Order: sequence, then structure tokens, then C-alpha cells
Amino acid sequence: MTYLEMVDKFGLYFLLGLYPKGPLGGLALTLALASAGLLLALPLGLLLGLGRISPWRALRWPVTALVFVVRGTPLLMVIFWAYFFLPSLTGVRTDRFNTMLIALVVFDAAYLAEIVRAGIQALPKGQVEAARSLGLSYLQAMRLVVLPQALRHMLPSLVNQFVSTIKETSLGYIIGLAEVSFIATQINTLVFVLPTQIYLTLGLTYFILCFGLSRLAFWLERRLSVRAFTAPLEATA
Amino acid sequence: MTAFDFSILLSGRYHDMLLGGLLLSLQLLLITLALALPLALLIALMRLSENRPLQAIAWTYVEAIRNVPLLAHMLFWYFGAPELLPEDTRAWLYEHNFEALAAIVALTLYAAAYMSEDLRSGIRAIPKVQLEAGRALGFGFLATMRLIILPQALRVTVPPLVSQTLNLWKDTSIATVIGTAELMYQAAKVETATFRSFEPFGFATVAYLTVSLLITGLGLWYQSCFPARAV
Repeated sequence: MTYLEMVDKFGLYFLLGLYPKGPLGGLALTLALASAGLLLALPLGLLLGLGRISPWRALRWPVTALVFVVRGTPLLMVIFWAYFFLPSLTGVRTDRFNTMLIALVVFDAAYLAEIVRAGIQALPKGQVEAARSLGLSYLQAMRLVVLPQALRHMLPSLVNQFVSTIKETSLGYIIGLAEVSFIATQINTLVFVLPTQIYLTLGLTYFILCFGLSRLAFWLERRLSVRAFTAPLEATA
Repeated sequence: MTAFDFSILLSGRYHDMLLGGLLLSLQLLLITLALALPLALLIALMRLSENRPLQAIAWTYVEAIRNVPLLAHMLFWYFGAPELLPEDTRAWLYEHNFEALAAIVALTLYAAAYMSEDLRSGIRAIPKVQLEAGRALGFGFLATMRLIILPQALRVTVPPLVSQTLNLWKDTSIATVIGTAELMYQAAKVETATFRSFEPFGFATVAYLTVSLLITGLGLWYQSCFPARAV
């Protein structure tokens, strides 16, 4: 079988999995899992980030410990915990997609907590002081003044985290989730004579996806830094 | 849920399996570090040189490796790469623990790509006048790097390198997919054999966290002994 014959026969399987005759798989599943994972991790990451810089020690210490523990364990460990241990706790056997989603959300929330913390602490302290002196409470100041600015500045970091999440979805292979690395191995088992080409194609797919997104993050960062320089000038005009 | 039985962790066959896995994980970490740091230095110097083709090669290397997940790298080196080798080399490799070798190759290339970026930032943090003064005194590019820039850059680079070493330690767990008998693989095998998930995975989690703490501690100790001075 030549490479082009293989692409013709298995191309759609690589991109979509068994859909529509079965569950979604392949590249589409990788993207769906990464998007869902990051979107669900954002609120949790925001809460953990706010907890990390909270003025109350009773909140700050447990959250810091949790973030440290999650960041100190491999993602594979978190996936195994979710896959093997969670069903015996909840009594429900979650399917592979949801197991992977839970593991990704927990793991990414800890990393997003650090990004949120860095974004908030990068703002000039004058912003919080001005907001408080105008009579806003701590939470109101966060919600109305600090977070809108901080989130905009965090956008390039968030895109980079999305790139990381796409790479993390590849670990679904280990629990048998039909994402693109797993599908590539399935195709390799079926075709058997073109392993180098198959895995190079897999690498190229990830490369195009991740490189494109990281260029987007780079462009976003350039655009945001230009605006940051011009904004104060407009305010005094 | 039945009670936890930690006795399997303290002695017997499963204890030996888990300890053997931990030992192999540590070996993977140390061998990869020893190989990746020189490679990272080489790539960083290539990107900083004035030679355009060398810069392009190094940039391509870093971007190509970083944008592909480590799992895909491992699968390539274990399943894809042997096809390119002659028949007898392949046979010899499969007899001599090729899983660990493929894992080391994948981890080395992956870690070197990230570490080269940290080294490059560290070198760029040294003011350019140092390089210019070195060149003006008659040192070549490499001699200036070796005698003047790198000793200063090392102190600045240690914190990001410590964090990359932590990532490397966690990434050794991904060698499970190609069958390397490191800690994660052994923990999963113990789970399959005993149907107890908490004890082996608890052991593995504690082991990963302990070594992470040790690595962080070593980094902090180095920084307290050799602080990065403001130049």
C-alpha cells in the first residue's frame, strides 16, 4: 500500500474517527476535547487564581497547596486517578471522554490559576487603590476594574495554554480514547508497513495545529502591547 | 469499598515492582538531563550565532519538537524510527531494552528543545557589551561564550532550568505508552494484578511529589549559594 492509497482509505478515519457511524474520534475529537477542557477549566482556574492571591490565609493556604500538588503530579497520574479511582468513589463508571475531560479540567485549572494570578499581579497597584477609594468593595473592585483588564492581558497566555491542552489530549491514548494519536496507532496496526510515514503525519498534524495557534498568540501579544502604549495618551487628550 | 491494605507497599513482589519502576524513572531522568543539557546549549548557541543557516536549523528544531506532544514523539521513535534502520540493528535493539532507549531519545530531544529556549534567554540577559568586549580583546565567538558569557548566564538560567527539570521528571511517566517499565507502568500493573487502585497510585503520586520537592529544594539551595547578581 502506498502512502497516498493509505490517505485515501483512512484519511476520513484520521480526521473524524468513526463518525457518523460511531462516536466522534480523531482530530475532531482532539479539538473538541481541548476546547471543552479549556472552556470548563477557565471558571475553575479563575476561582483558584483569586484564591491564590486572597487576603484571607484560611483560603490562600489550602488553594496554594492544591495548586502545588496538582502541578507537581504528572497529568498521566491525574488521568489514572480519574479513570481507576473515581468510579469506586462515585459508583458511576464514567466513559473515557468524560474521564479525560475531568482530568484535563482539574489539571488545566491549576495552571490557569497561576496565569490568572500573574495577570492580576501584573496590574499597577493603583488600580485597586483607586477602586477601593471610590467605595467599591474588594469583590466589586475585582469584578469591575481588575479582572476585565487582567483577562485581556492574559489572552496570549490563554492561547498558549490552549496549545498545551491540545498536546495534553494526546494522553487520552493511554485510556483508549479515540483521539488522533490513538487513531494513528490503529491505522498503523491495520496498514503495518508504513509506520514511519504514519507517525510523521501525526507529528505534522500536531505541528500545523499548535504552530498556527502559537503564532496567533504571538500576534495577539504584539497587538495588545501596542494598544497598552497608546491608551494612556488618548486618556490625556 | 474495602479497606486500604498498605502492606502490599511495604514488602513482597508488588513492593519490588514499584521500587524497580521508581528506580528506572530516576535513571531516565538523570540520563536524559545529562544528554539534554549539552544539546540544549548547542541549539541555543546556534540560534545566537550570526550564521543564518545555523539559526534556521536551530529554529526549525525547536519549533518542530515543541509543537508536537511528547506522546507522539515516543510513538514515532519506538514504532516509526526502527523501520529506517537496517534489519540486524533493529533485531539487536529489540533484544536490548529498546523501550527505555526510545524513551530516552524522545525525552532528550523534547527536553533539549525547551531548555535551549531557557538557555538562550539566560544568555541574552547578559548585556551585549560583555560579548563585544570579549571579541574586542581577540577572543572568538565560542571562546567568549565559554570564558565570559556562560559562567554569568548560568546563575540566571538555573530557575527556569529547574522548572524544566520538574517538567522532565513528570514527562518520564509518558514512557508508559511504549512499554518502558518505569513507575507509572509498574503502578498500573500492580493495579491490574491486585484490583486495588489507591495503594499503588498513592505510592506513585507520593513518589512523584517527593522527587518534585527534592528538585525544587536543590534549585532553591543553588540559588541561595549562588545568587544571580544584578550585572
